[in-house]
Amino acid sequence: MKALNKKLFRDLWHHRGQMFSIAAVVATAIMTVLSMRGTYESLVIARDSYYHESRFPDVWSNLERAPELLRGQIEQIEGVTAVDTRVTFAASLDLDDRDTPATGRFISASDPSVMLGALHMRSGRWVTGRDRDRVMISEKFALANEFIEGDTLRAVINGRLRNLEIIGIAISPEHSYAVPAGALFPDDANYGIVWMSREAIGSVFDMEGAFNEVVLTLASNADVEGVMLKLNRILEPYGGLGSYGREFQLSNLFLENELKQNRTMGTAIPAIFLAVVAFLLNIVLRRLISTQRQEIAVLKAFGYSNVDIGLFYLQFALTAVLAGAVIGIGIGAWLGGVMVELYKDYFVFPDLHYELSAGLVAFAIAISVIAAIVGALGGVKKAINLPPAEAMRPQAPARFAPGIFERLGLAKYLHSSTRMVLRNIERRPIKSLFSALGVSFSVAILITGMFMFDGVDRLMDLQFNVAQREDLSVTFNRSLGIGSKFELGRIKGVASAEMFRMVPVRISKGHRERESGITGRALGDELSRIVDSDGRIIPMPLKGLVVSKVLADQLEVVPGDRVQVEVLEGARVSRKLEVVSIVDDLMGMSVYMNIVELHRLVGGPRMVSGASLASSDLDHSQLSGILGKLPAIASVTSPRKAFDLFDEQMSKSMYIGIFFLIGFSSIIAVSVIYNGARIALSERGRELASLRVLGFSKREVAVLLFSEQGLITLFAIPIGWYIGYLFAQGIVLMVPTETFRIPLVVDAGTYFLSTVVTIAAAIGSFWIVRRRLNNYDLISVLKTRD
Amino acid sequence: MTMESDKSREADAEKADTASLKMDGRRQIFEARGLWKIYDMGEVKVTALRDVDFDLFDGEILVLLGASGSGKSTLLNILGGLDKPTEGSVRYRDIILSESDDFQLTQYRRKHVGFVFQFYNLIPSLTARENVELVTEISDDPMPPEEALELVGLEDRMDHFPAQLSGGEQQRVAIARAIAKRPNVLLCDEPTGALDLETGRIVLRALERVNEDLGTAIAVITHNAAISAMGDRVIQMSSGRISKTIINEKRAPLEEIEW
Repeated sequence: MKALNKKLFRDLWHHRGQMFSIAAVVATAIMTVLSMRGTYESLVIARDSYYHESRFPDVWSNLERAPELLRGQIEQIEGVTAVDTRVTFAASLDLDDRDTPATGRFISASDPSVMLGALHMRSGRWVTGRDRDRVMISEKFALANEFIEGDTLRAVINGRLRNLEIIGIAISPEHSYAVPAGALFPDDANYGIVWMSREAIGSVFDMEGAFNEVVLTLASNADVEGVMLKLNRILEPYGGLGSYGREFQLSNLFLENELKQNRTMGTAIPAIFLAVVAFLLNIVLRRLISTQRQEIAVLKAFGYSNVDIGLFYLQFALTAVLAGAVIGIGIGAWLGGVMVELYKDYFVFPDLHYELSAGLVAFAIAISVIAAIVGALGGVKKAINLPPAEAMRPQAPARFAPGIFERLGLAKYLHSSTRMVLRNIERRPIKSLFSALGVSFSVAILITGMFMFDGVDRLMDLQFNVAQREDLSVTFNRSLGIGSKFELGRIKGVASAEMFRMVPVRISKGHRERESGITGRALGDELSRIVDSDGRIIPMPLKGLVVSKVLADQLEVVPGDRVQVEVLEGARVSRKLEVVSIVDDLMGMSVYMNIVELHRLVGGPRMVSGASLASSDLDHSQLSGILGKLPAIASVTSPRKAFDLFDEQMSKSMYIGIFFLIGFSSIIAVSVIYNGARIALSERGRELASLRVLGFSKREVAVLLFSEQGLITLFAIPIGWYIGYLFAQGIVLMVPTETFRIPLVVDAGTYFLSTVVTIAAAIGSFWIVRRRLNNYDLISVLKTRD
Repeated sequence: MTMESDKSREADAEKADTASLKMDGRRQIFEARGLWKIYDMGEVKVTALRDVDFDLFDGEILVLLGASGSGKSTLLNILGGLDKPTEGSVRYRDIILSESDDFQLTQYRRKHVGFVFQFYNLIPSLTARENVELVTEISDDPMPPEEALELVGLEDRMDHFPAQLSGGEQQRVAIARAIAKRPNVLLCDEPTGALDLETGRIVLRALERVNEDLGTAIAVITHNAAISAMGDRVIQMSSGRISKTIINEKRAPLEEIEW
């Protein structure tokens, strides 16, 4: 081995603590790339192949009822490559040992060779036209309720209890993320997809020879907007509710949201770690080269070239990357697998698995090497530029000047040791600033991760404790007369009922339009209220519309504007209405109006779509059981149960999340503070030894050494709060908002935890360095020149 | 340093007769008896002190003369509470240094003894005045830092940082810092080692003035025989032993010292 290589190994060994801490940050960067980015890629691959195989539709359109004959007309639209018509309904499922009925989404399944969004069979067989009371059900629902082929599923369809035999278990690309309408999270036990043959469903739901949903695939060059416009025109006479593309398909929308978030976090978090790597290598190498200036001079005097010397110090940086890569690839691949498994709880694909791609590993290593070189460059340049003769002379004493405290006249109030600390920080403002920034990133990462839980917590609290205060919420199979309120009120256990009406509409202003629904409620409703993100209750106006901010932004309307409202049912009237207020609410894209005004708008008899109920029972299960068996009722839900379920799922992912966040944040904090303290010890070992000789105790000297890093840490914490808040804001702005909006709230507890973790990391780092300080040889330090 | 594997061979060697010397009624500050210091360097053991007896008396200037490796610095470090003997006892007044723990040694350094090193060891981030304050802030009965700096002739340079001072000036700050706590004894390790003759004389003059004005006992380590003329007593060391003790009836004026 060449002598210079021997020196490299010994120097590396001598600085192993620092090298290891940097390697840990590199490892974390590589780990986050491989796990987050790798999960993203795995999801994209699984999605793309599934969408392709299953002929995932490009356009969906729902309508009241159209004859099958219309299909030919739809196939004629330019750009359409395939058409599939369907019959779909919601119905209650009566499950054993369940008080509240579950909701089944019944969908007709075409022949596997022509079905768009074709099912992927997990077990059993596909239903045929001869299978009258036989169904296929979604895998998650089957698993949650322990259904297997041969079991019987009881459904209440049009008021009649039917026994359906399960003959197949399948998954569908349109329900990869299976959320009931209006919910945010899958509820696998209480929401299932049920597929029947077209013939069977037609007879059960009185839809023989007719359809109420049509899906299309389009040519890659098709004009999507144009196709949807033509489709809407064809379906208009048949109660068409408007068309939508993939971007509004619920399951796909949730998946896209998740992917987008995943991609951004998978870029931002590794970038933070790599920035820390560059910074640490910069300060560590600079210090190392300062202490080795005489060695460098000797090497140069012996004829080693600048390239030799430059490469020597560059290898320091690259060794840290190499060590980090070995650890990072191993843990990253494992963590990626764990994350993909967690995703399987939410997203169902036939072939979702984590694969460690060589390309991604190469990419992760490449960006780490770049970060290391960027960081090392400053120090390496210093070594190269060192003239040999000058390097042989000892370094001139560090120059200090009176700092800001002297200029402010505050110095006389400070202890000399305090002045030492402050002047050391002031003398290298850039280094101190970057150290602070590094520590503040550790605080910020924790806040960025934790705020999600705070925000979602707030969202759920507002939604279920302020906005939806009902005990139970019911929807009807079809609209009922307003007399249904009294019928409901007579049921034992119903304390009060507030009726609502949902009417599908198309709202437009100028050339901008959106299909939506207007919810009509009575003026004084107490159970269900309109609430904004600050928890303010917005009263229902006498006349005019209250519009969600997200929808208002899309339509570019402000309060006082008049919008065109086209009712997509009944007589399909179209009227101009005033937007009286815009509410920054948290879920969906809602439009509200006074139910009396809504009746007037739609015309015809006054009808209602469902009700919010307050129950007089302590436990609402008895009531929901009664309601679930009523023929007119399509679904019974309990917001409270949804909340509890959500809470349970949330706390599971929260613990895993917090565990990793604390790890990430500690790695940054420890590596920055530890290296800062090690460098301070190396630079000021002589000072500290002098102080010991002058009679300072070990403790006093340690306090002096750590005060500097301690002050930087204290300074960094509030900056970290602020950066964390900005990150949180960025995420809130980035997350698409059609389904729900996470309010930007950071709880005191989150600030507190991030602070505690960082301070603990600082104390830990000091503890390690303190052992080194205690073993310092006073005499030999003082006998040598700098 | 002299290497040796068997110290007993030296046990009955001739001792330099320093202990019996009495400085006409002055009180002893240090009394060291039978000092051995052996550094265990793994494969080899290095004997730095071999059975040394040593005394230092109130108000005297003692010059410890010896070549590099003669053991003089080891002796000084033990007297200063920076190091402990392997064997033997050291007493400062009624404190037995050889039996003190780290805390007691720290207190001892803080209250009783001042150090001056060859390489000044000032704190670069503090001005001359502040370097002195560093000590006065932790002492029981210090002199004002200004007074200490005046004593070494630096009243005009008090607000300068070390980087703005010459070597001689830095060394005088180090002396001011060492005496500001009014120590009974000042231990100086090659105080002029890094300085030229002219500057060295100024530094030695400062030491002499401290001794005259404050009555502080001073032990100066040097390999420079010329300096021995300024001492009341000169102890020569070689190979870890005291080889010779000389008493100067009269200290030579610094102007006559040349090197």
